[in-house]
Amino acid sequence: MSVRNVVHENLYFDSVALMRVAASLDDRPGIEAVSLVMATDANRDVLSDAGLLTDEGRAAGPNDLIVAVRGNEAALVEALSDADAALSQPWSPTDGTASPSHAASPRRLVGAPEGANLALISTPGRYAAAEALKALRHGMHVFIFSDNVPVQQEVMLKQEAHQRGLLVMGADCGTTILNGLPLGFANAVRRGDVGLIGASGTGLQQISTLLDSMGVGISQLIGVGSHDLSAEVGGLSMLTALDALAEDPSTNVIVLVSKPPAPAVAGEVLARAAAAGKSVVVSFLGSDVRAPAPQVVVASDLREAARAAARLSLGADVPAVEAPDLSPLVDTLPGRWLRALYAGGTFAYEAELLLRPVLGAISSRVERYAPGRVPRLPDSHLVLDLGDDVFTSGRPHPMIDPATRIEFLRAAVRDPASAVVVVDIVIGHGAAEDPAGALAPVIAEAAGSPTAPLVLAFVVGTGHDPQNLGEQEQLLRDAGAVVVDDSTTAAEVAGDVLTKIGATR
Amino acid sequence: MSLRTLFAGDLHVVNVGLESFAQPLRDSGVDVTSIDWRPPAHGDDELGLDLARLVGHPLVEASNAVAMDRILAVQPLWVDVCPAREAIPALAERRLLLHAGPPIAWAEMCGPMRAAVVGAALLEGWASTPAEAERQAASGGIEFEPCHHHDAVGPMAGIISPSMPLIVVEDPATGRRSYSNLNEGQGRCLRYGALGDDVMDRLRWMSARLGPSLRAALRSLPERVNLRSLTAQALQMGDECHSRNVASSALLVRELAGALAQHPDLGGHEALEFLRGNNYWFLNFSMAASKLATMAGHGVEHSTVVTAFARNGVEVGVRVSGCGDSWFTAPAADVEGLYFPGFGPEDANPDIGDSAIAEVHGLGGFALAAAPAIVGFIGGTPSAARRISEEMATITVTRHRDYQLPGLDFVGAPVGIDVRAVVDTGTEPTITTGISHREPGIGQIGAGITHAPLECFIKALRAFPALPVEP
Repeated sequence: MSVRNVVHENLYFDSVALMRVAASLDDRPGIEAVSLVMATDANRDVLSDAGLLTDEGRAAGPNDLIVAVRGNEAALVEALSDADAALSQPWSPTDGTASPSHAASPRRLVGAPEGANLALISTPGRYAAAEALKALRHGMHVFIFSDNVPVQQEVMLKQEAHQRGLLVMGADCGTTILNGLPLGFANAVRRGDVGLIGASGTGLQQISTLLDSMGVGISQLIGVGSHDLSAEVGGLSMLTALDALAEDPSTNVIVLVSKPPAPAVAGEVLARAAAAGKSVVVSFLGSDVRAPAPQVVVASDLREAARAAARLSLGADVPAVEAPDLSPLVDTLPGRWLRALYAGGTFAYEAELLLRPVLGAISSRVERYAPGRVPRLPDSHLVLDLGDDVFTSGRPHPMIDPATRIEFLRAAVRDPASAVVVVDIVIGHGAAEDPAGALAPVIAEAAGSPTAPLVLAFVVGTGHDPQNLGEQEQLLRDAGAVVVDDSTTAAEVAGDVLTKIGATR
Repeated sequence: MSLRTLFAGDLHVVNVGLESFAQPLRDSGVDVTSIDWRPPAHGDDELGLDLARLVGHPLVEASNAVAMDRILAVQPLWVDVCPAREAIPALAERRLLLHAGPPIAWAEMCGPMRAAVVGAALLEGWASTPAEAERQAASGGIEFEPCHHHDAVGPMAGIISPSMPLIVVEDPATGRRSYSNLNEGQGRCLRYGALGDDVMDRLRWMSARLGPSLRAALRSLPERVNLRSLTAQALQMGDECHSRNVASSALLVRELAGALAQHPDLGGHEALEFLRGNNYWFLNFSMAASKLATMAGHGVEHSTVVTAFARNGVEVGVRVSGCGDSWFTAPAADVEGLYFPGFGPEDANPDIGDSAIAEVHGLGGFALAAAPAIVGFIGGTPSAARRISEEMATITVTRHRDYQLPGLDFVGAPVGIDVRAVVDTGTEPTITTGISHREPGIGQIGAGITHAPLECFIKALRAFPALPVEP
């Protein structure tokens, strides 16, 4: 090891710049210590203490710069020459920390630009209420896709929103279309004069797409979250949205859709609907509400809700679509059980509602389900909501990822006890790219077998959706499925076939 | 109602969470701002919700505005230099030493602070050997209290003993005063824990000659020195007035030079010689002025503004305007820095000193965009320095009116650290600072950058007094 000093007379550099050059040379092999300092008395003492001062350095004055290096001979020469080079270079960035001066993304909601009026929140559920509250405090409406938000937090948010004249869509809100723009899962439906409000995402999608097929468009489609009509939340968002659509000049007909609300909430919503000054179609599936006023129409299923709204919007009856007559198939079907495998929770609910009176007992769960294992199907009719937490914990929703449903579909078509298999295909923004294409091979594989059950399918969507309604339906038909128009029809047709089988065996 | 306007107007969307929600809207031409979100408060969802309740709350917003008005109204005039025992009566009444940072007992003190305690005890004649000084400290013969508890601030170890001359800074509108000691220079200094005859000789000279000559010079000036205007000037000249004080020190010496020259009998000429070589001279003035301003903003009910951040070399702590006199502490962070020859990170003491009061007042790391000469600490480019100043602006309540940053088109320095914003974003305040050797008696070994730990702010938020029920 040897020590070398090089003195640059009358050369000034700031100490930080010098320390930086020193740091860049310090960690080289063969170099033990590097220092670049102005040769003040104090600095020469520091060098001396560190054993880095030679006679050359000792003779330097305060306006001179000392480059001091200790190391092996070869490394010394190289380090001194690189130090010279660094000192004669114009200042330039030497690492990747520099960035263009454009502003980075804000780290918190409060940092959003002035004028923001809508916050979309899809954080894990336990953080969602905090983000939503910040948004409300800054005057934004809020769409909360996140689920598992504690209900008391949802109540707090909706009360805060109410005080501020703002709307909370959610929590656990899957779909909304505001001013024609899709939030979350939504279909490319035409614009028109029907305003929809719902606590059921797939219910809203089914009604809006059926309306589209009848030539009727929507003004706004507002999801309020699956818990909004519970006794705790009290329908706060549905009431707010109802008032807003009542005042909205672009809306002539209002549709409300939900699974059964808490009775007191249903009463309050119906009273408000009666006072809306517009026709209101109410589809509270499974609830025995009565119309409180002539301008309120109660629809018992999703298809009827769409037809009633279309009738009111068009001022004319909508022709009914004939359901296919499948009675010739009855004798060819080997088994006797229904296997309805839904991605949409509302469709599962509607199916149970329509089929329990005609089929009797229906199971809605399977035993010992584990992802990746062949599901065991019960020795009874089965209606499953594959979007339920049981099937989605740690896995994406079946509207996004078909893996779980493929397992069940394969088990169902191979089960000789199956008579009718029902599947829903939901397309549109947010949904999988080709959901029918994912199920079609499983359907096709079974179609040739003598024990193959009837596969009934319906596609929720429009011709303008990215996946295209017609193309998705054709894929299913080509695979051997019978395609019907909607969830209600699918349940009815399944019920007819299974009733006939039950009567003949 | 505003839902009508929502239906009528354009959507301006903020997306928090999955980016896939933003894209279809962007494709439709909607303005979407995506938040670079992460769980606030280190993922404590309950505290996160408490935080949200404080966000945009009218009481908090109003209280923070009051605190900032008070902070920004302060005019820090340098009015006197006097022995510490005259400025701070407790130092005359008890055998007491003041130290940097939140409270700490002798047994817990880090190496440099212990060394500075020993040096001060020798300086005061309380002990004649280091061993005797340590015995006194360990047996309770010397009391220790934070500088901050006496309206004072001291850099690094921050030891203030009765005979040390103090800078006295006063706000004429309120008569409020703050104090700091005089800067010893660079290298081997008591504040870095260096001990030895050179260090002790300089301290004795500062008490006997530097203090009195400065006092006489100051009194012969036609008017008091306004440290606020001096700081504002220095920010235009490349200082950030924490780790870079070259311009401000020169400006202050220029103010004093003529007057010092007239007092050779008191040590004026020696003082001029000493000041000529002290690039950190202004630091203690910057600190005292910052303390005077931030203490004016302390004690505003419901205010989330940070009014102190200080480090004792073991722990660091913040005080918050609306949280009373409590310190909210966390273990002292390491400093990332550049080192003097022969030293490296393994030699460094963790973060120490009251000097981060500068950052609390919008200087130091917050004003880094003003100081291109020290950008070497943060990667070497002025753009990185600008980015840090801009990032600090996302966690402050407002900007300083006078302290302008040339590198950012003369926008004011961000000032008033908001506990809510720190916890919400997880952005820790950036501090520029010196590095002390971890062993007693050695001194400064480098300088660099550190951060005020998030944990302090999380603790402060947990302790934040509940707001009255909302209207």
